[in-house]
Amino acid sequence: MNRKLKASMNPTLTVVRGLKSLPREHAPKSLLPAVLHRVGLGDTYWRLETSIGPVFVARSRAGISMVTRARSGSEFARLFESRFGRPIAPDKSRPPRNVRAVAEGRLRGRDAGLRFDLRGLSEFERAVLGKALEIPPGEVRPYSWIAREIGHPDAVRATGSALAKNPVPLLIPCHRVVRSDGHIGNYSMGGSRNKRALLESEGAQPDMLEKLAAAGVRYFGNEKERYFCFPTCGGLQSLMKENRVHFGSQQEALTAGYHPCGSCRPAAVAA
Amino acid sequence: MPQQELLNALADDLDGAFERLVRTFQDRLYTFAHRLCGGREDAEEVAQDAFVRAYRALGTYPEERIRALALQAWLYRITLNVARNRRRRKRLPQVSIDNGGAAGEAARLAWDSPDDPGSRPDSRLEQAQQRANLASLVSTLPERYRSAIILRYVEGLSLEEVADVLKQPLGTAKSNVHRAVNLLRRAITESRR
Repeated sequence: MNRKLKASMNPTLTVVRGLKSLPREHAPKSLLPAVLHRVGLGDTYWRLETSIGPVFVARSRAGISMVTRARSGSEFARLFESRFGRPIAPDKSRPPRNVRAVAEGRLRGRDAGLRFDLRGLSEFERAVLGKALEIPPGEVRPYSWIAREIGHPDAVRATGSALAKNPVPLLIPCHRVVRSDGHIGNYSMGGSRNKRALLESEGAQPDMLEKLAAAGVRYFGNEKERYFCFPTCGGLQSLMKENRVHFGSQQEALTAGYHPCGSCRPAAVAA
Repeated sequence: MPQQELLNALADDLDGAFERLVRTFQDRLYTFAHRLCGGREDAEEVAQDAFVRAYRALGTYPEERIRALALQAWLYRITLNVARNRRRRKRLPQVSIDNGGAAGEAARLAWDSPDDPGSRPDSRLEQAQQRANLASLVSTLPERYRSAIILRYVEGLSLEEVADVLKQPLGTAKSNVHRAVNLLRRAITESRR
């Protein structure tokens, strides 16, 4: 009898082969989220009332992972699941004070100590969002400002794309970034109308900015102290109108002997 | 070695790396639990409990202990313990492999294997049916044989690893595997008569 046939007649071998041929099974999809939820690593969401209506905020242990508008909690849960592939449950606790303060534009994100879960983003995208976090409520900056500040002055368009992909708008205030020509530009959470409403609620006066831009004014200068700023710079609030001069470009201001403000940094500030 | 990488990640940041642990081992532990318990629902609950226990245990281990863990064997052991406790709690009726009934029928069907040249079935459906029958036959084995044979042949562990998971001397693990194979073989042979 040949070896192969002999082996096939061997009942022990048959049992072993049969066992080895049992397939590996796929764990049900519900296993991972159930485990994460039970150990406290699952995602939950809060509902916040804001000047642009109800907004939902998702958080994991790593930090806040998604912010968006939705008509209801269940609609938000569906959006979240389709984006991240894991379920989410309503958070039983009240949204923390710092989250509310940032969402309402009362506190700068950078100062609130919020943690964000930005795992899916590139290093460049994270740098863009980290810079946007520094813009105080009531102020705006152009896309080119972020590009320059993070060391990629030529990547203005990529900066715009990174902001458009911001998974946590409102808390990382991409609405405070506007076009260099003064137009307030687009917004992922409900378009330019909501962007305008948010800026107004924070005291940034978008209408005034657009009028200035239409008149060719991009910067204000302090004639007495010889520095220039973005028009929304908080440092200008005490500036008397008679001491204020207007510039259409950085170059114009620099040529006139004005130095860039160290707070809003309208141009690279010498170290 | 990716396993060591995962262990290092767990030691450095348990919460950050735990999801990766679950993703890496969920199919293995679920399959193992399924073979141990027989039912899908039980298997999911056992696998879930095992991961939760693993997470809690890791939270109490010092870093060096996590880095030195034989992760796979450790997870199998936890799963096995969960399944054992569960069975004890539920006091599931054990069907003996020797009496006829469903187990006897499964045994008879499992024997009609594609390796038997006299009755080689051509359709994949029949092969799948035989696998299912063999799997259900395995689930009727006494626990100490069942876990040993699943670890050895279904999960593909070496005898040393089986002994490690079961916390048994190598000789005991070896003889449990051996007896399990014999029990299955005998059940199948008898069912043919």
